[in-house]
Amino acid sequence: MTFIRMTFIRRFFLLWTGLVVFAGLYPFQAAAEYDYINISDPFLNKTPVAAPVFKNMAPETTAPALAVEAADLVQQSLEFTGYFQMIDRAAFLEEPSAKGITGQAINFDNWTDIGAELLITGGITATEDFLQIECRLFDTFSKDMLFGKRYKGRSDDLRKIVHRFCSEMVYRLTGKRGIFESDIAFVSTATGTKEIFTCAFDGQDVKQLTQAGSLALFPAWSPDGMAVAYTSYQNDRPEIFIRRLDQPRAEAKISYKGINITPVWVPGTDRMAATLSFEGDEEIYLLTHAGKIDKRLTKNWGIDVSPTFSPDGKKMAFVSKRFGSPQIFICVLETGSVRRLTYAGKYNTQPDWSPAGDWIAFSSMENGRADIFVIRPDGEGLKQLTIDSGSNESPSWSPDGSMIAFSSTRTGTSRIYVMTASGTDQRILVRADGAQTDPAWSPGFKKY
Amino acid sequence: MKKGNLYVNIFVMTLMLCFLVTVSACSKKKPAVDPMETYPSESAMTGADAEAEAEAAAQALAEEELQAERETEAARQAAREAALKQEEARSAFVNEDIYFNFDDASLSADARMVLKDKIDWLRNNPNATVLIEGHCDERGTSEYNIALGQRRAESVKMYLVNAGISPSRLSTISYGEERPVDFASNESAWAKNRRAHFKIQN
Repeated sequence: MTFIRMTFIRRFFLLWTGLVVFAGLYPFQAAAEYDYINISDPFLNKTPVAAPVFKNMAPETTAPALAVEAADLVQQSLEFTGYFQMIDRAAFLEEPSAKGITGQAINFDNWTDIGAELLITGGITATEDFLQIECRLFDTFSKDMLFGKRYKGRSDDLRKIVHRFCSEMVYRLTGKRGIFESDIAFVSTATGTKEIFTCAFDGQDVKQLTQAGSLALFPAWSPDGMAVAYTSYQNDRPEIFIRRLDQPRAEAKISYKGINITPVWVPGTDRMAATLSFEGDEEIYLLTHAGKIDKRLTKNWGIDVSPTFSPDGKKMAFVSKRFGSPQIFICVLETGSVRRLTYAGKYNTQPDWSPAGDWIAFSSMENGRADIFVIRPDGEGLKQLTIDSGSNESPSWSPDGSMIAFSSTRTGTSRIYVMTASGTDQRILVRADGAQTDPAWSPGFKKY
Repeated sequence: MKKGNLYVNIFVMTLMLCFLVTVSACSKKKPAVDPMETYPSESAMTGADAEAEAEAAAQALAEEELQAERETEAARQAAREAALKQEEARSAFVNEDIYFNFDDASLSADARMVLKDKIDWLRNNPNATVLIEGHCDERGTSEYNIALGQRRAESVKMYLVNAGISPSRLSTISYGEERPVDFASNESAWAKNRRAHFKIQN
C-alpha cells in the first residue's frame, strides 16, 4: 500500500434516519484499523479515488446525462475537501456503468493498476418526480466494500444526495462530519451596498439575506445553523441584528449607545458575545439570548474586539490594543485570566477558533497587506498559510476544522476563497458581482 | 325800519371793510391789477408757494427715504457678509476634518488647532447639535477599524467636552474603513481617510 494506514479512533456510525442501509456495514473493528486519510498531512498526500460514471438503472425513464452528472458531482465534491486526488476517467480500464456496480462485478486489479485506492460506484434511477441513487465505496486493495447506501429523494435532490454520500464517506474516513451540508455567509457589494449573502459550502446557490440598502457587516452563525447575526447601519448606526433563516426579516436587535459589532455565539449555547462601546470604551460583553448584558468579559482601557470561543465555550480569543498594537489574547472565562497569544507581527486581528479546537486562525498585517496564519491555542506552531497573493483576511474555519474560508484581493477585487487547514488547494469559492468579504462558515449539520 | 337800516349799514360797512382789507393787502404786491382778478391769481400764487413748499418737503422726505434705504442696504450687506462669514464658518466646520496617524486615535497639535475653530463655531452656534464621524484608512481589518473609528470620534468629542461644549450636543458614530473620501491606495489617500468628520444635525 502506498499510503500510510493509521489507526484512528472514530465514532460509531450515526443513524441516518430515512436512509436504507442495504449492504452489510463494514465491521467496526476492521475499519478501525484503517485510515485512508493520512492524518499527519492529509492535504499533501491525497488519497487517489476513482469515481466512474454511474450505472443507469432505469434507462427508460432516466436521462443518460444524469448518470454522468451524478458521478461528476461526486468527483467535484470529494476534490473540494482537499483529501482526495480524483483519477481521470480516461485512464479507467473498466466501466462499472456497463459491467456492474457491485463487488462481484468489479475486477479490483483494474483499479489498483491505475493507482486508485478507493473506488466509488453508483447507480441512478430517475422518474419525473423521483430520484433513487445507490452508492458503494470500495477499498481496491482489500477488495472490501467500506459502505454502501441507497438514497431516495425528489428529482431535484441530486446535489443533496451526492453531498449526503460524500459527507458519510468523509466521516467514515476521518471520523469527522465534514462540510457537505454547511453554508457560508459573506458580505457582498453586488447590489451596490454591503449586504449579507449566503451560499453552499462549494460556492453554489448564492442567496441574498439582507436587503437594507445600508451597510451590513460581520455575519456570524448560531450553533444550530438556524440564524445569522450581523452588524447593520440601517438605522444610521452600527447595531447587531439577528435573523432567523426561516423568517423574512431580522427580529432581534442589540442596540446600545455607540458601536454594536462583531457578534458571535458561544458554542453549544444560545448566548452571544459582542463588542459594545456604551461605556465609552470598546469592550467585549457576554449577552443573554435576548441580547441583554450578562457580563463584561474584558476590562482594559484600549480597544477590545472580535471575540471567538473555544469549542467548549470556556475560553475566548480576542483582539486587544492593550499593549500598543492590536494582538490576539486568550481569556479564561471562569477565572478572567488573560494571556497574550501572538507576538510576531505588529497587527494581528480577526481570530477564529477552529471548531476542532486545535488551531486559532487569524490575519496578520504588514505594509497594508494581510496574510492568514494559524497558531495553536498554547502559542506554539505558528504557520503562515497565504503568501504574496494580495491581502488575505477574515479566516473562517469549516465546521470540521479541515478547511478555511477567507477573503483575498489576489486578483484585484476582494473575493471569497477556500483552502485546506494546511494552506493547500487555495481557490476562489464565489464568483459574483461586486466585492466579497468577511466569510463565515456555518455549523456542519442539516439546517432548516 | 330803523333797526333794519342799522343791519344794512353794518352789512355794508363790513363788506367795505372786507373789501378795503382785501384791496390793501393786495395792493402791496400787485396794485395795478384788478382786484376782482387778483383773487384767483393770488390764490394761484399761494398754491405755487405751497407746491414749492410741498415739493421741498417732499424732497426732504424723499432724501430721508433714500437714506433709510441706504441704511437698509448697508444693513443687508452687513447681514449678507455676516451670513457669508457664518456660512464660511459653517462650511469650514463641516469640511475641515481632523486627521490622525495610523492606528492612532490621539489628537495631534494640528488636530487641536482645527478643533479650536470647531469650539468657536459651537460657541457661536449654541443651538447646533453635531455628529462626529470617526473614519479609518483601508489598511487594517474592518472589525478593528470600526472600533478605532469610534475611538477617534470619542477622542474628538472628549476634547470638545473638556473645552466646555455640552456633551448633549455631540454624538459619535464610526464608519471604520467603510466610507473613504479618497479611494486610492497610497499614503496621501490613507492620510485623508484617517479622519474625524463633523456633520451638523439641525
